[in-house]
Amino acid sequence: MPPEIWVPIRLTIELAAITTLTLLIVATPLAWWLARSRAAWKEAVAAIVSLPMVLPPTVLGFYLLILLGPDGPGGAIASLWGARTLAFTFTGLVIGSIVSSMPFVVQPIRNAFAAIGDRPLEVAATLRASPRRAFWTVAFPLASPGLLTGAVLGFAHTVGEFGVILMIGGNIPGRTRVMSTAIFDFVETMRWREANMLAGGMVVFAFAVILSMILLEKRFARAGA
Amino acid sequence: MSDGETIRVDFKSVLGKFSLQANFAAPARGVTALFGPSGCGKTTVLRCIAGLTRVEDGLCIVAGDVWQDPGGAFLPTHKRPLGYVFQEASLFAHLSVRRNLMFGAPRGKARTRKGKIAFDEVVELLGVTALLDRAPGKLSGGERQRVAIGRALLSQPKLLLMDEPLSALDRATKDEILPFLERLRDRLSLPIIYITHSIAEVERLADQIVLIEKGRVIGAGPLEELQSDPSLPLAVARDAAVTLDGVIAAHDSGYGLLTLTIRGGSLIVPAPPAAVGGRRRIRVIAGDVSLAREKPGLSSILNVLPARIVSAKPVGDQELVAVLTLGADETGARLLSRLTRKSWEALGFTEGMSVYAQVKAVALAPGRGELE
Repeated sequence: MPPEIWVPIRLTIELAAITTLTLLIVATPLAWWLARSRAAWKEAVAAIVSLPMVLPPTVLGFYLLILLGPDGPGGAIASLWGARTLAFTFTGLVIGSIVSSMPFVVQPIRNAFAAIGDRPLEVAATLRASPRRAFWTVAFPLASPGLLTGAVLGFAHTVGEFGVILMIGGNIPGRTRVMSTAIFDFVETMRWREANMLAGGMVVFAFAVILSMILLEKRFARAGA
Repeated sequence: MSDGETIRVDFKSVLGKFSLQANFAAPARGVTALFGPSGCGKTTVLRCIAGLTRVEDGLCIVAGDVWQDPGGAFLPTHKRPLGYVFQEASLFAHLSVRRNLMFGAPRGKARTRKGKIAFDEVVELLGVTALLDRAPGKLSGGERQRVAIGRALLSQPKLLLMDEPLSALDRATKDEILPFLERLRDRLSLPIIYITHSIAEVERLADQIVLIEKGRVIGAGPLEELQSDPSLPLAVARDAAVTLDGVIAAHDSGYGLLTLTIRGGSLIVPAPPAAVGGRRRIRVIAGDVSLAREKPGLSSILNVLPARIVSAKPVGDQELVAVLTLGADETGARLLSRLTRKSWEALGFTEGMSVYAQVKAVALAPGRGELE
C-alpha cells in the first residue's frame, strides 16, 4: 500500500484513539455531574457541550482556528515549546476532535448514569461504601454499556469528522491529512482508485461499528434482564 | 432506659402536604414497628435515621452513638453501622448473589472481629445456599428479598432498618419470608426498626410499636400496651386484637392442644406438638372474647379466665370495647373484648368489676392469627 494511503489511515487511528481516551477521562466526570447534580444551570452546561452537534463544522472550525492560532490561547500554549500556533498541527487536530466529538461521548454516558437512579448508590452507602467506592464498584460497572457506547461513538465520529479537520488542520500530508481529508484530496485530483480504497474502507468500518454496537446492546439487554 | 440501650429519634421538617414531627424513643433491642397508613411519613423517618434524607432539625442517637444532632452533627450514611432493606430488593444487577451478599462485609482487619454474623449462618438462615452463584436477574421476588436481607446482615449492622420488606411480594412469597424474619428476630440479638402498614405483620413480629399518622407520632411503646390503649386507634379498630407471648406449659397429644402460660392466667390453644418451655406468640381478637359475670357451668368454651374490667369505651352506637386485665392484680396481661352495648347494660358490667373472660380455643388456632 502506498504511503499516501496508509499514512492517513495511521494518523486517523492515532487521532481517534487519543481523542477517545481523553474524552473518556474528561467526559465521564462531566456526565456524572450532569446526571446527578441538582444545579439549575447544569442544562446550560449540557447545551454548550452539545453545540457541536448542531453547529456547522465550518463555524466550529472557524472559532477553533482563532482559539488555536497565534493570537489565541492555543498560540500561548504552543509558545511553551517554541512553536507559534496549534493550528495546522496534530495537537490542534486532537483538541478540535475532542470538542467536536464531546457530545457524542457525554450524552450516552450521562444517560447511562441517569438510568441507574439513586437506589443502587443509596444501597451502597447503607453497606458502608464511601462515595468513591460506590462510584467505582456500582455506578461505573452498571454504566459500562453507556461508556462503551460513548467510546465507540466518539471514535467513529472522530474518524468521520471532515469540516472541522479541514478548517484547523490544513490537510498537510503526514501531519494533518487524515482519511476524510485525504479522500477529498484524491477526488479533487481525480484519483478515483485511491479515493475508492479509502472511502470503501470507511464504509466497511462504519458498518462494523454499527453492527457491533447493536450486538453489544443486545447482549447487555440480555444480561440485565 | 439508659442512652446506651436506646434509639432516640426526633426529626422536624416540612414535607409537602404535612409537617414531619417524628419524636420517639425505643429500646435498642427486639423489633420496633413503625406503623401507619401509606403516605404518613414512615419511610421518610427511616431514611432520616439512615441519613439518606437529611432534615436540618434532626436528632438521632443509636445506643449512645450520635448520628445526627440539631447542632449540625451529621454522620454520612456510609459511616453509620446500619443495615437497610428497601421495599424492592435492589440487588446489584452486575454482581452474583454471593458478591451481593459480601458487598458490605467488613474487609481487612475488621473481618476477624468476634461476635459477627457469619456468612454460613446467614446463608443457611435465609435458605439461599443454592442461589449463591446465580445472577440476581434469575431469582424470584422472594429469593431476591432474602438475599437483600442477608446482604444487610452481613455488613454487621448494629441496627437493621426494614422498609416494608414484604409489601412488594405476593401472598405466597410473604408466607415464605415471614418465618425467616421471625427466626432472625429470635436468633440474632439485633435491634430492628420495621416499617409496615399491615397490622398482621406487626402482630407477628413487633415487640414495640410506634404509631405514625400524617407525619406525627401518636403513640410509642410496647406492643401489648398500645394494642390495649383505648385512646389509640388500634384498640377500637374493627380487627382489634392483642398479641400475647406465652410459654408452653404442657402439650396434650391426645387432643392436640397446647397450654400456654401467660401473665395472670393460661390459655389452651390447638396446635401441632411443640416442646414444653418454648415460647409462642398468639393473637387474641377482641371480637372473640366474651364476658360472663359468673363462671359458666357446662360450656364448650375451653378458656375461661378470671379477669377484671379496667376500662370500657363506646365504639359507635351499638358496641363498646372493654380492656381487661387477667388475674386478680394489675400485673396480668391485657385482653380486649368487643361486645354490644345491649349485653354490657343487660349484665350490668362496670369498670373495676371482676368477670370471666371466655375465648373459644378454636379462635386461637393457627391460621386465625396469621397474615391475611
